[in-house]
Amino acid sequence: MSELTHLTLAEARDGLAAKRFSARELAAALNNAVAASKPLNAFITATPERALEMAAASDARRASGQVGSLEGIPLAIKDLFCTAGVLTTAASHILDGFVPPYESTVTAKLWAAGAVMLGKTNLDEFAMGSSNTTSYYGAVENPWRRPGDNRPLVPGGSSGGSAAAVAARAAFGATGTDTGGSIRQPASFCGIVGLKPTYGRCSRWGVIAFASSLDHPGPMTRTVRDAAIMLGAMAGHDPKDSTSAPVPVPNYEAALTGDIKGLRVGIPREYRVDGMPAEVESLWQSGIDWLRAAGAEPVEISLKMTKYALPAYYIVAPAEASSNLARYDGVRFGLRVEGDSLDDMYEKTRAAGFGAEVRRRVLIGTYVLSAGYYDAYYLKAQKVRMLIARDFAAAFERCDCILTPTTPSAAFAIGEKSDDPVAMYLNDVFTVPADLAGLPAVSVPAGLSEGLPLGLQIIGRAFDEETVLRVGAVLERAADFRHLPSFIAGER
Amino acid sequence: MIKGRTGDWEVVIGLEVHAQVVARAKLFSGAATDFGVEPNTQVSTVDAAFPGMLPVINRHCVEQAVKTGLGIDAEINLHSVFDRKNYFYPDLPAGYQISQYQQPIVGHGRVTLDMPDGSTREIGITRLHLEQDAGKSLHDQHPRETYVDLNRAGIGLMEIVSEPDLRSAEEAGIYLRKLRSILRYLGTCDGNMEEGSLRCDCNVSVRRPGAPFGTRCEIKNLNSVRFVMQAIEVEARRQITIIEDGGTIAQQTRLFDTARGETRPMRSKENDYDYRYFPDPDLLPLVLDPAWVTRLRAELPELPDKKRARFIADYGLGVEEAGVLVAERATAAFFEAVAEGRDPKAAANWVIGDLFGALNRKGVGIEASPVAAAQLGGLIDLIADGTISGRIAKDVFAEMVETGADPAAIVEAKGLRQVTDTGAIEAAVDAALAANPAQVAQYAQNPKVLGFFVGQVMKATQGKANPALVNELLKKKLGG
Amino acid sequence: MALDKATVARIATLARIRLSEAELEPLAAELSGILDWIEQLGEVDTDNVEPMTSVAQMAFGMTLPMRDDAVTDGQNRDAVLGNAPRTARGFFTVPKVVE
Ligand SMILES: [Mg+2]
Ligand SMILES: [Zn+2]
Repeated sequence: MSELTHLTLAEARDGLAAKRFSARELAAALNNAVAASKPLNAFITATPERALEMAAASDARRASGQVGSLEGIPLAIKDLFCTAGVLTTAASHILDGFVPPYESTVTAKLWAAGAVMLGKTNLDEFAMGSSNTTSYYGAVENPWRRPGDNRPLVPGGSSGGSAAAVAARAAFGATGTDTGGSIRQPASFCGIVGLKPTYGRCSRWGVIAFASSLDHPGPMTRTVRDAAIMLGAMAGHDPKDSTSAPVPVPNYEAALTGDIKGLRVGIPREYRVDGMPAEVESLWQSGIDWLRAAGAEPVEISLKMTKYALPAYYIVAPAEASSNLARYDGVRFGLRVEGDSLDDMYEKTRAAGFGAEVRRRVLIGTYVLSAGYYDAYYLKAQKVRMLIARDFAAAFERCDCILTPTTPSAAFAIGEKSDDPVAMYLNDVFTVPADLAGLPAVSVPAGLSEGLPLGLQIIGRAFDEETVLRVGAVLERAADFRHLPSFIAGER
Repeated sequence: MIKGRTGDWEVVIGLEVHAQVVARAKLFSGAATDFGVEPNTQVSTVDAAFPGMLPVINRHCVEQAVKTGLGIDAEINLHSVFDRKNYFYPDLPAGYQISQYQQPIVGHGRVTLDMPDGSTREIGITRLHLEQDAGKSLHDQHPRETYVDLNRAGIGLMEIVSEPDLRSAEEAGIYLRKLRSILRYLGTCDGNMEEGSLRCDCNVSVRRPGAPFGTRCEIKNLNSVRFVMQAIEVEARRQITIIEDGGTIAQQTRLFDTARGETRPMRSKENDYDYRYFPDPDLLPLVLDPAWVTRLRAELPELPDKKRARFIADYGLGVEEAGVLVAERATAAFFEAVAEGRDPKAAANWVIGDLFGALNRKGVGIEASPVAAAQLGGLIDLIADGTISGRIAKDVFAEMVETGADPAAIVEAKGLRQVTDTGAIEAAVDAALAANPAQVAQYAQNPKVLGFFVGQVMKATQGKANPALVNELLKKKLGG
Repeated sequence: MALDKATVARIATLARIRLSEAELEPLAAELSGILDWIEQLGEVDTDNVEPMTSVAQMAFGMTLPMRDDAVTDGQNRDAVLGNAPRTARGFFTVPKVVE
């Protein structure tokens, strides 16, 4: 238990700067928290020795006057980011024992900014899921429980380990990746901030691919300011990623002016879906009221294609995944199950190595790309994707950002929804459109539903993370979300 | 046309040539492209498709493809797309090949063939696209295992697809040689078939003259012009026999067994692949700047067809010898250096006859010629100004090939300068006549003995006597 | 679109994932359920709509960046072979392939 672990990332940064504590003390406190978070199963690999070494190096740098933007800040890394010399699994059996000889661009940038690695967080296998129950390393538990109900809840997914670790005060921030909502939905479920930047803002190099045209690395933190600081270190053009955007990285923290006077906030009527719980609806209304009170101007907009985003996503993402996951064949890394022939080895390896959800998606993806079906499925989905992007473009003629709920419900119990894939997929109904359009979006904890956190989402124009963060911060202040999860690492 | 049991058959052939792009680094990674190095020593984690690795295209490879497109008179597509071709094979690490499917970088073009009868024939090019090479599977290293070397994996290839315009094995051979010549002129592919820099798949079908196309079979991975021609010949005969026996041709991918001289179907699942092409989401469409393409067009070297026409027009060479001289850019350049300011016919004869002969014997190419162009030119000058005879020149040339010395130096050192002093030659003539009275007596009946006396005089002068003077004097003295 | 067992078996072979006979039926039902739900896309009029292959290109106006032709990578065989389940004499090895 430590006072230190309750600091925000920004407070920890300032405390280090004021020499109230050292990076080593901070790392030691967080190492303890990581160890204490064990019941959540949020980490696949903890790296306490490395954390202490990196922290010592950070202290030395600080002593010599070199101070990066994340100097001495302990962070957790989703185990989808390759980390040199550290087991990297994508939460899949098929990557058994894989130790990358390279460091992902995003994590390399974090370390270059002075950050300290606590470990690798659990996730849905290959980031495919919305509940973090598909991990080969076991489900992650949400640190929150419904009052009066002791059943463990899902943290959301796929970045469930990152969300749980940050919520339980076992890290100041964590990296996540968002393909259909995998940063924002777990952020909402765990009561933290999750930011999916614009496509191309953070490099995908060294991030294990799920669906290349949809994968967005981004930060997960406890405050909007923390997300701004972390994004500043993660973002930037990477010549090793052909889809990385060659645009300058602004000072995101400086964008948090609190001033949103005159800003037009779009309220999409299509997000009022059937069966949406009253609490979600009323929280959304509160959000509208808060922003209006802060001087923004709510405008009703229409995003007609919203309903079709999920089915389009469930063609595009599995199609790309089926191809991206072909490299796991037992030849160059990871698991291999020997066989009588080459194909026998391939088929046994991939059957043993991939879990049920991954198999399902690889098969769907293979099917929709196969001869005779390409036009009906893949091409159709890409056209719908174009219409979704056009919807947003038209909406942004009328507004400067868009406010929606992040998820249609709060966290559910582990095991719930698991026998109906489509019901599970519907978790991402509000998050998927921004992935398909590549737009920046943040989820900010805004209230409780039956004692469980709920997030509101701000979607912005491409490369305008500044507005997204600025509005997010205003929302955060108005919501004044101070609730704590029932599980705090080291305090139970 | 091939004669079958039941009549004539026409062979229809289209070639898919895989030409390795000349570049230092691979198409989508920074690994080297050298041939013949230790296994897996030129492999980046991108080539080996490690998790999270991403492709970034090599600008030079793009440039090489555009140059090649321009060299075969083709449309350059300013917008092209890279797709993934999905299939499992151990030498294809990602489980897909990055290739171009519906929107290649180069569209329709053509290659002109110079036929043996002096005519020309135009062969259509359907397309040229950029793609990654696969690695190499070695099946003969272990009884139960296949070994995989990824050095070649990811090297840039240009796949050049011809229209089904070729009508015989011979034409296919001429086409391949011509295409290779163009690629080498452009410096976009070294054309080395033994090292696999140029590989060929042949689509072969047969039909009755004038009938619609028959069902084709594809013969994969032929790595010499000779094998291409043999395989086509054998495959066409196989198909004709099947049809004439009342059978039908199954569309198939086949391999050419060079030892047995026959084609056989591939046993692997090559025949039931479903490649599931889709645009590679790790890459964006390749958009070319038209001004850049224009500049590349302007910088294009003179290609064999143009050069041949110029050699014929400017140097007065025959069609055939011009064709021989332009086949390789280096040969043409060598010839032009020799011919500069000299008799082009003589230059052509020396290059095609003596020099090619010498290079052949030594087993080296023109780049490694022991005789430099300036030296050969010097030799021709020595003949032209009467310093040596054409006969002596052959000896001097042989010496040049062996030692690499300058012709003038050889002539001086060996005292080969032609004797034009009438007195000295007259003495030798007199001596020869005096020594052979019997032959002198024969001369009236048999003027051919003149040759005998020329030989005697030349022998006596170690070949240095001016042959014209020797003839003149002998005739005068014998006839006189 | 209902997928039958044979189709599931065929795509599983294409994807090189071994499925037991017992797995085919339930998987066919599951995948059919997903496809049925996906097929609501048929309601959308996409005539004359260009497919979105890349937001970076089509929405953000990017084109393919190119790198220089320089050898910058790939001279580390140990890094490439270090994770392989089986190697021999500097090669990756797989069960023998018959061509
Ligand atoms: Mg081909
Ligand atoms: Zn090819």
